[in-house]
Amino acid sequence: MEPLTWTGSFGTIINPIFLVVCTAFIVAVVAKLLGSFVLAPAEDQINVDGTITYDRGPNALIGLAVRYLLLALVALCVLYILAGMFTPIGTVGIVGAVSAQFAPVWIALVVTFLLSITNKRKLGLYGKLFDSTIGMIGFALLMFWFYTAVFVGVFDMIATLDPLSQVSGMKNKLPGTPVRDPKEGQFAYYLLGGDNLARDVFSRMVHGSVIVIVIAPFATLFAFMVGITLGLPAGYFGGRLDALLSFLANLVLAFPVILLFYLLVTPEIVATGIPNYMAMVLFVFPIIFVSVLLNSRYYTRPRLRTPLLAGVLLVLVWLYLSAISAPGTVINVLPEVMDLFDINSGILVVFVSVVFVNSPTVFRIVRGLVLDIQTRDYVAAAQTRGEGPWYIMLWEILPNARGPLIVDFCLRIGYTTILLGTLGFFGLGLPPESPDWGTTINDGRKLLSIYPHPAIVPAVALLSLVLGLNLLADGLREESLRD
Amino acid sequence: MMLLTALCLTYIVFFLTNLYPNLEKLAKTQGNFRMSEEAVASYLGDRGYLQPTPIKYLQWLGALPGYEKIKEDGTKLGKCVRPGVAAEDTPRYCGVLQGDWGFSTVSKEPVANVLGSRLANTGKLMFWVMVVMVPSALVIGVLAGMREGSGTDRSLSTVSILSTATPEYVSGVIFIALLASTRNGLGPWLHEMGLIEGKALFKGTAKSAMDKITFQNFTLPVITIALYGMGYIARMTRASMAEVMTAQYVRTARLKGVSFGNIVVKHALRNALIAPFTVIMLQFPWLLNGVVIVETLFSYTGFGWQLVNAAGNNDIEMLLAVSVVSVFVVLVTQLISDIGYVYLNPRIRIS
Repeated sequence: MEPLTWTGSFGTIINPIFLVVCTAFIVAVVAKLLGSFVLAPAEDQINVDGTITYDRGPNALIGLAVRYLLLALVALCVLYILAGMFTPIGTVGIVGAVSAQFAPVWIALVVTFLLSITNKRKLGLYGKLFDSTIGMIGFALLMFWFYTAVFVGVFDMIATLDPLSQVSGMKNKLPGTPVRDPKEGQFAYYLLGGDNLARDVFSRMVHGSVIVIVIAPFATLFAFMVGITLGLPAGYFGGRLDALLSFLANLVLAFPVILLFYLLVTPEIVATGIPNYMAMVLFVFPIIFVSVLLNSRYYTRPRLRTPLLAGVLLVLVWLYLSAISAPGTVINVLPEVMDLFDINSGILVVFVSVVFVNSPTVFRIVRGLVLDIQTRDYVAAAQTRGEGPWYIMLWEILPNARGPLIVDFCLRIGYTTILLGTLGFFGLGLPPESPDWGTTINDGRKLLSIYPHPAIVPAVALLSLVLGLNLLADGLREESLRD
Repeated sequence: MMLLTALCLTYIVFFLTNLYPNLEKLAKTQGNFRMSEEAVASYLGDRGYLQPTPIKYLQWLGALPGYEKIKEDGTKLGKCVRPGVAAEDTPRYCGVLQGDWGFSTVSKEPVANVLGSRLANTGKLMFWVMVVMVPSALVIGVLAGMREGSGTDRSLSTVSILSTATPEYVSGVIFIALLASTRNGLGPWLHEMGLIEGKALFKGTAKSAMDKITFQNFTLPVITIALYGMGYIARMTRASMAEVMTAQYVRTARLKGVSFGNIVVKHALRNALIAPFTVIMLQFPWLLNGVVIVETLFSYTGFGWQLVNAAGNNDIEMLLAVSVVSVFVVLVTQLISDIGYVYLNPRIRIS
């Protein structure tokens, strides 16, 4: 079989057009940048009768050109994807085959966007996101990886081959190489090439997204639980408690992150069980948070509160015990029958250390916000009403601090993704054959100048996910400031 | 306070590196890998590793005399024993307080010697990073914040978001593949056009930079670190610049008829640079992370490379010295940023 080219026979017609549009777009963007210094700014005039006269000066024309060229570029990209989805493999080459593999993701993305945009006025802050281009791009990138992770992890679609199995003769092969005598039903190509152990780079990349999408948001959520549960009282009560907690937070922050990882995530430390003890401590915070949250809200209605709290606590404690106890480690409290799930010890260590590194920063942010909001009138009103301190913290201060916290949550998921990549890059925590992006980048970097594809593919994937989260945070910040 | 933080941190590092599995690994790498349990225990016992952690910590600090043991055959073992120093000359105390940073079990040299040269290497790297990063970040930030919401602002802000979203190991990998490869990317292309002599534009490792820094071997490590930090500083500068541009005194200057360029340079710039100064200072500890990644990626033996090496081999005393240095950097930059903030901001200075 012939190896696939990048865009196949379809590309011979469309590629020149794409190249021309691309060049024109870059030229237009540069012209716009320079034009904003040299030429007079474009100003649309609003006339007395309510009509608008658009400026037709050079700057306005350049702006118009940029916009249309961008649209043309997007249309061409969509054309590649559609052509790839509806033609047999090979017509649109690697690009087409990859976009055909991602077909469920495209469909899910289009459905999400259509539903959200039609209902955007009913959806609050989430709906407002669809008013800003930056926010929409960020959201699209994030959802792309989210859906990829879901379709790979839950339905086992998208990936073409097994991420761990090696196929003979495919070591370091270039993108688009056909598999030597494929079995019945096996995918016939290594779409993005093979790595130095002859595994399929494309499948490893999409499988890597599952690990990131599972760990990063959860770890960030836990870090927020810890940070909020400690930051609220530190800011609200102040005094000794604040001094002690701030000292501890600064202590963790003064550590270089990588040194901390090296100290926590080595097999020798795992053998001592320290990560398990840390998990035991850190995983308590969500329970404390939820129970205080419910208790402070409903303590005036004991008949509702008591069963509610008992039910929620039962579920949470059970989950907690299942999470921390695993056979073969230092903490093995639950009998096997009751243990709902076991967390892989490598993943647990990574998870715990990432939570541990992130929570002091969240603590500082929450504490700062509390110090600021505490002086507001509605807090004084609640105090005069005789509300308890925890009610004020959790039901008056926290909802009013949500804007900055949501923005920081998005940014922090991105930062957590970077940290996970760093751990993988140094070969810490996760097993060496794991398909996560950091580990694959580390594997690929040894032969980087000869065979760049095994390292570049996960690097670009990680970059696009983090970029998406940062753009999303930027869009959210703008939209929430506009209120 | 600083001292207390430093003490706590070093104690944590000390505690974690002195856990038994770590010591066992140390004994096996120093002795041989097929040592029995008893051999490991006697090896560690002879060298004083099995004392309680607080006592060992005080010995490392130099507040207690170092551990000593005379073996049956008359050789002396202990914390203060150094190869090449006669047994009679071995000092009783050998801790940080006495200026002795210990002995690296990996490189078989005193920690201070090794770390000194490593720090010098990293110093050079950091210097060039600062030279590249700070001016470009400030220029981008000021240009973007000058006219908030304009096209320039939006495109420059997107650039800075992109740069904060690119961790060092991603940008480094992309740079090496595109700019330092002899088979792919820009290098061969430029070579064919006859613009450059070699086949690659830059070098993918910085090994040769330890002897002599050249444009070819040092560009990639420097811009890789600078890129990640640049976006953050640029965004802070932009925010601060945008805030200053809406201030009363800028409006007054505008109404007086001062030209836009003059307003930016003479009125706004100085006030807009107070906030970025703090950020740049607080960026140092962050850069330390970048340094570790980049030095590993480009195999440049500096401080970060040493950290990875020491941590990977459980070189206890080296690791402690490394953590003392990094904690020192963090705390000093915090101090400088506080002092500088007061110095730059006249409102705080007066009150």
